[in-house]
Amino acid sequence: MSLLEVAGLHVRAAGGRDLVSDLSFTVEAGERFGLIGESGSGKSLTALAIMGLLPPGMTASGSVVFDAPGTDRTEVVGAPERRLTRLRGQVTSVVFQEPLTALDPLMRIGRQVAEPLRRRQGLRGRALDKAVLAALEEVRLAEPRRIARAYPHEISGGQRQRVAIAMALACRPALLIADEPTTALDVTVQAEVLALLDGLVAERSMALLFISHDLAVVAGLTDHVLILKDGAAVESGSALDVVNDPRHPYARELVDSARVLDAALDRLKGGGTP
Amino acid sequence: MSAQARTARRRSLPLTAGCVLVGLVVAVAVVSLFWVPFTPDDTSGDRLMPPGLPHLLGTDKLGRDLLTQLMIGARIALAAGAGSVVLGGVIGLAAGLAAGFATRWLDDVVSALLDILIAFPTLLLAMLVAATQTASLTSAIVAIGLAMSAIVARLTRVLVKRVLAQDYITASRTSGTSWPRVIAEHVLPNIWPTLTVNLALQFGLAVLAEASLSYLGLGAPPPNASWGRMLAEAQASVFIAPVGVIAPGVLIVLLVVGVNLVADGLRDVADPTRRRRRR
Ligand SMILES: Nc1ncnc2c1ncn2[C@@H]1O[C@H](COP(=O)(O)OP(=O)(O)OP(=O)(O)O)[C@@H](O)[C@H]1O
Ligand SMILES: [Mg+2]
Repeated sequence: MSLLEVAGLHVRAAGGRDLVSDLSFTVEAGERFGLIGESGSGKSLTALAIMGLLPPGMTASGSVVFDAPGTDRTEVVGAPERRLTRLRGQVTSVVFQEPLTALDPLMRIGRQVAEPLRRRQGLRGRALDKAVLAALEEVRLAEPRRIARAYPHEISGGQRQRVAIAMALACRPALLIADEPTTALDVTVQAEVLALLDGLVAERSMALLFISHDLAVVAGLTDHVLILKDGAAVESGSALDVVNDPRHPYARELVDSARVLDAALDRLKGGGTP
Repeated sequence: MSAQARTARRRSLPLTAGCVLVGLVVAVAVVSLFWVPFTPDDTSGDRLMPPGLPHLLGTDKLGRDLLTQLMIGARIALAAGAGSVVLGGVIGLAAGLAAGFATRWLDDVVSALLDILIAFPTLLLAMLVAATQTASLTSAIVAIGLAMSAIVARLTRVLVKRVLAQDYITASRTSGTSWPRVIAEHVLPNIWPTLTVNLALQFGLAVLAEASLSYLGLGAPPPNASWGRMLAEAQASVFIAPVGVIAPGVLIVLLVVGVNLVADGLRDVADPTRRRRRR
């Protein structure tokens, strides 16, 4: 049984327009799956639909099924909120596109990281404090003590995204969804955060759903990719096949523009995946 | 270290000043519970006496001691402000939260109701409330509180909607936080700074509203003088006995300014992103 099975997923806007249409893919336990598409192609909406977190007014139809060890098989589309709350965090967790807005501006970093640790692992008091520092160290944050006491506006963008990753990982999910986690960061920090994510996912044999508009980044990080255009899949297959032999004209266009960034691709492949 | 301490002190300056002003009025109100120079209905003094002895601030046109009336007025002003803010705040916050979370059509209905309620003059509302029972401080507080709740509800609704659209709410939900916890940990703290400032403003307006209601005989009945009624009664003799107008007027201003300073200071404490910007 697959960890995540998406079949015939449609996301409809309040006006009735299809923003995502007839999307199907599966993610196996421990697999790394890439979702590629230009801005506005429906990548973030797909991620939100998988979590049952579409903005008010939008509706999803089709089927999104989670089957993780230790939990019951769950159909997300149409499931009651109570059921979804249990599923979120436990099975799947998200790192968002914009690291500043993904953190509560009025809450110290330490408390925000503590939230999932307390709920998911039942930690309290001194043990919780220790776990918070450990979680921050795990994402290679120097000075975890200072960062734990800081507010989001007091740390850098790269540090914020590391904190967001720490929070997502604190849930110990079977599937981590990363929605363009590095788009808002500059190139060097981008490479660092990608390498970090790569290592952490491998360490825990978590499944990864990696979303990006950047084929080079996705191909360097994932086994399977799916290319999305205007809310519909235009091509899917193993990352290697798609890069070497793109069929759809849009896929070819993506590969061609990625070739220009070949150097970057090589660097990521060399330093990243095992 | 010392620079940090200095900014901290400067940041708390409005808070300190506000606390002193409000504290002064509260102290007067507390003292009035145990001791006043004369009884409020004691008309034994001469009319419109200037400040002196035994009437420290003089007397009004019925020969009542002004200081006594001012002290009791402090009690009434604080009760009017605090009572309306608590009533309006609780009802408004609850209604605003409900509207902020409601489905589209329910939200529309609530918003329309709020707009009608806000357009409805507070004075008319106060008369309606007073018509169902005798005019008293309580009826004034109920009327002002109800009118205020609509304004607070509308503000809360907008603030809640804005916060709910933020990524950190979605982020918190993706890690499996239930709605009640999301509201307690993220929604309320993030709307609180703006709401506090508004409630302080409303406190000041409530003090003024109670003054106008008393002026129309819809507030606390005599001999319990509210500052508003003292103003109204003394205005005819402002040139003969100016203290009767100046004293309650100054006290109203001091209380309203004090409450606003406190709110400003509290917001700075509650919002870490403002601490730096203030310098
Ligand atoms: N709340 C919303 N209401 C209506 N339409 C929306 C809403 N959010 C997104 N859309 C629309 O849905 C489409 C897909 O949006 P989505 O956010 O999934 O794009 P994306 O692929 O993540 O793009 P990006 O790379 O810029 O993040 C876009 O056309 C967008 O305009
Ligand atoms: Mg997006």
